[in-house]
Formats: sequence, structure tokens, C-alpha cells
Amino acid sequence: MKEDTRIGGPSGKFPATRWSAVVAARSDDPRERSRALDAILALYWKPIYKYLRIRWNKSNEDAKDATQEFLAQLIEKEYLSDFDPAKARLRTFLRVCVDHFVANQTKAASRLKRGGDVLHVTLDFEGAEAEFMRAKSPLTAAAPVESFDEYLEKEFVRNLFTLAVTDLRFFCEEHGKLRHFQLFERYDLDDSDTSSPSYGELAEEFGIAVTDVTNHLAFARREFRRIALEKLREMTCSEAEFRREARALLGVESA
Amino acid sequence: MNWLSDEAIARLRSAGAEPDLAGTRYRLIERIASGGMGSVYLAEDATLGRRVAIKILDVPDSSGDLAARLQREAHILASLEHPGIVPVHDAGTLADGRVFYAMKFVEGERLDRFSERASTLPGRLRIFQRICDTVAFAHTRGVLHRDLKPENIMTGPFGEVLVMDWGVAKILSANRVSTPTPAETAHDQARDDQRTLATTSSRPSLKTAHGAVLGTPGYMAPEQARGDVERLDERADIYSLGAILQFLIASSERGTQTTPRALVAIARKAMDAVPAARYASASELGQDIARYLDGLPVLAYPENAWQKIARWAVRYRLAIVLVLTYLVVRALLIFWFRR
Repeated sequence: MKEDTRIGGPSGKFPATRWSAVVAARSDDPRERSRALDAILALYWKPIYKYLRIRWNKSNEDAKDATQEFLAQLIEKEYLSDFDPAKARLRTFLRVCVDHFVANQTKAASRLKRGGDVLHVTLDFEGAEAEFMRAKSPLTAAAPVESFDEYLEKEFVRNLFTLAVTDLRFFCEEHGKLRHFQLFERYDLDDSDTSSPSYGELAEEFGIAVTDVTNHLAFARREFRRIALEKLREMTCSEAEFRREARALLGVESA
Repeated sequence: MNWLSDEAIARLRSAGAEPDLAGTRYRLIERIASGGMGSVYLAEDATLGRRVAIKILDVPDSSGDLAARLQREAHILASLEHPGIVPVHDAGTLADGRVFYAMKFVEGERLDRFSERASTLPGRLRIFQRICDTVAFAHTRGVLHRDLKPENIMTGPFGEVLVMDWGVAKILSANRVSTPTPAETAHDQARDDQRTLATTSSRPSLKTAHGAVLGTPGYMAPEQARGDVERLDERADIYSLGAILQFLIASSERGTQTTPRALVAIARKAMDAVPAARYASASELGQDIARYLDGLPVLAYPENAWQKIARWAVRYRLAIVLVLTYLVVRALLIFWFRR
């Protein structure tokens, strides 16, 4: 989290770094490689777990074991060294790796435990399962592969935004702007009401002026955007790829 | 926050995509269009109480290439003060780091959409003349557009015709290419290129590895498609104008009209694979269209004697009808009184 605050700072200017986890995952430096894999796994483990649940029709426990096993193999066998961003997106590459993994999977109990020793990322499978059940996809295992790519894409975006929101909260707390985050949470994230509160209602609820609501929300959204794009940048290898991915992430299509 | 619903993600996407206009005089209204490097938004200028269009980069550009290009576009537009070119009001950088420029909001229709509705051929040609005038003006200021196509022309409700999207415009150096090059004389190869290119009119713009738009197939001169960027001159835009003319002619052919040969010849001359064989300037092309509209011979189409007579007859058809009517009436009167 601290890295994120260092990268862009409260000014919201362009991040000074262009560190790419995908590139660093192929580094000769074990520490650099480990850091990169942690970043990639933090973003992808949940989509992979959900993909295994839905595409391969695995039970909660089987999907959990398969996810751990797959991630362990991803690290040990250095799957990412074969990744070529010119040929496919990272998500598609990982999906194909998962499919190969499942097809060749042997259920050796001793191997299942190995993942826990290798992974540094906390895998909250209980939370992932709750999410999976909460937003159950109508897809079945017989659906065309493109549908699963879309599903993986959607879950990737959900996970990326979730991590960005978590980081935003830390950022706001660190900078004494918790109210900014609370307004953002209430206006942009809260689904409890049928309709979003108006700026006037929020001003009354928080005891501040409407202009403060506008400014606070603008700040929080700006920081959210910065953090989300910085996380996305780590998953890309070039500026052109980043721009393409960013436009897709933000839903900006050429017309 | 443990889980984000689909609705929350949609809101976050929207919030992330929208430009942060805080600290500026503008209030966002809606996104109007998106292109290769940025989007155009409709906004209200709170200070002057008027609507403006704001072009903004979609995503941060750490390389600085796109930001530099957008700023360059703003500067080019600002230097081209002409009724056919949208005026720039303001330029700068938003709080979120994205470069922008504000320009006049043009209410109207793109030429390709405008052409779908009924419009007479002379009406289309008069629009085309206005486009030629604007491009000729830019050329006199040393600016090539390089991406002329119907999608980049706006027609307003009061007869306005505006040439838009100068994002890939090139400022000509002092050393312009005016003599034929070996590439230009390679007739056959160039004509092959032309056949390859002159096919569709609605393909998306090409992009370089850096995302830079170079032109659009079907509207791009062969030398431009080959990437001879350094040797491009005004005649590359004249080729594109010829393609636009061809588009306008083809649009009006959907009715019952047959295309006059002189117009086809004008379009062909403008789109000649050899740059030296094209019109020397956009003004010259516009003037040939004016001659056609006035019923005069055009440069691009040498007529034989019968064609000259036919054109003369069409041009003076009212006078001819009046003289003939007079002669017929007079003959009838003479016949009547002699009987």
C-alpha cells in the first residue's frame, strides 16, 4: 500500500514508475520475481478460483485445492516465462494454462500442500466462495470458450477494482481524508438503496457543504482512478498495451 | 469493502473514465465521441455560459507522446483561423494529469451521415467546394491534414462545413517535395497500390505501433500508405479530397441520377496514383468543381465537339428554348396569315 501512495502522491499526477510485474516475473533476481508474482497472483487468484468453479464445475473444496496447486505450479515451473504479450492477453494466457493444468491434473495429496509454502499472497477462499455464490453466473460448463474469457475478464475487473478500493481506503486514512472515502463509498459503491443519494442529501448526512461533497468525491475518484490504473499498468508490458487495457477497463471504446 | 456489485463496477468505470474537470471553468455534460487517443466531451463553460467541446486523452500517457500530439493539434488549430476550421478556446492539463483542449461545440452532422439523407448533387458539390477552400487555406499555412474523410467533416444546420480532427496533421517543412520522385514515376506499382486502397470507405484509421493515426484506407494516398511520411505534400490531401468527391458522387448515385463523366474525371484526376498528375492545389480542384457547376469545361475532362455542343446546350437551355419557341410561334403566324 505504501508503494501506491509513493507512486502518484496526492497530486494525482502521472505515476513516476512504470514497473511491470509481467516483465519482472521473468527477472533473474529472485526477490524481484517474487514481488512480481505476488502482484500478479493478488489480482488473478480469485478470478482463477471462480473460473475453476464455473468452467470446470469443481466443488468449493476441489476448486480451492486446484487453485493452490495451479498457483504453486505457476511459480515453480515458471509458466510466465512463456508468456508473450504480442500473442495474447495475460488473462487469456492464464486461462489456457489453467485449462492445461486441469486436463493434466493428478490428485496427489502431497502436492496439494506445497502451494501454501510457496505463495505469499493470502488466499481468502471463504470470501471468494461467498462472492461466487452471490454473483452466480448463468454460464454452464458447456458454454463457448469466449464466454469464459468474458467471465474471467469481468472477474478480473471486479478484483482489480476491489483491491483499488481497499488501497484507496488506506490512502485516505493515511492522508487524513477518511471522509472523502466515506463519501465515495456511500455515493459510488453502496448498493443498499434503490437509488444513489443526491449531493444535497450527502451534504446533510455528513454535515458539510454541497461544494465540499463535490470536491471530496472528485478527489476520491481521481485517486481511485490513479490506483486502479497503476495496478493495471503492472500487469502490462508496454505503453501501448497499457493504453489498450486501460481503455477497455474504463469502458472507453472508439466510435 | 469486500465485494463490488456489477452496478458498483459500472459506476466506478464511469467515474474512472470521466475527466476530472475540478478546478476548471467547465462542467461536464456528456461524452460525444471517442477516437484513437482520446474522447470528446460536451461541457458547459461556466464563465461564459456557453457549450464547448473538450477533447481529452482517455488514459494517462507516461511516455508523453499522446499528450504532445494533443497539444500540437491544439496549436495547429489555433493557428488556422478560418470559418471551415473549428476554433480552439482553451488548452491545458486537468487535475488528473490528462491533457485537454476546449473548442467550439459544433452542432451538426458528419458528412457521411448527412449524405445518407436526400441531397442534390449540386448541393453536395457546393459542400465539397467549401471543404476544398478550407484545405487550401491550411495548405497555404503549411499544414497537411492527412486524414481527410467524410467522418472528419461536419455539416451544420446553417450551411456550415467544418474540417475536423487535425490530430495527425503535418506541418510542412521549407523543403517541400515538388519534383517527381522515382516512387512517383513507378506508375505501375503505384496504380496497384491504388487498386488495393480504393476499396472501402468505412475502415477504421490505421495506427502505428505507438497508436498514432496515419490515415484511413480508401482515403489515403498511395505514397502515404507506403509510409513516405517525409515526402508527403499537399497532393496527399488532394488524393483524399478526390476520394471524398467520389464518396459524394456515389452517395447521390443511389437515386436515379447517372454520374456525369466530367465529375468522374475530376475525382480520378485528384486520385491519380502519381502525385504529379493530380491537381496542383486544393483551390484548383475546387475551381474545377465550380466550372462544372457553371456548365463550363473542366480541366480534367477534354471534350470532343459533340460533348461541347451538348454541354453548351445544357448550359443555355433556357435561352435555346425561348429562341426555339419564338421561331415556332413566328413560323405558325406566318403560315396562318398566308393561308
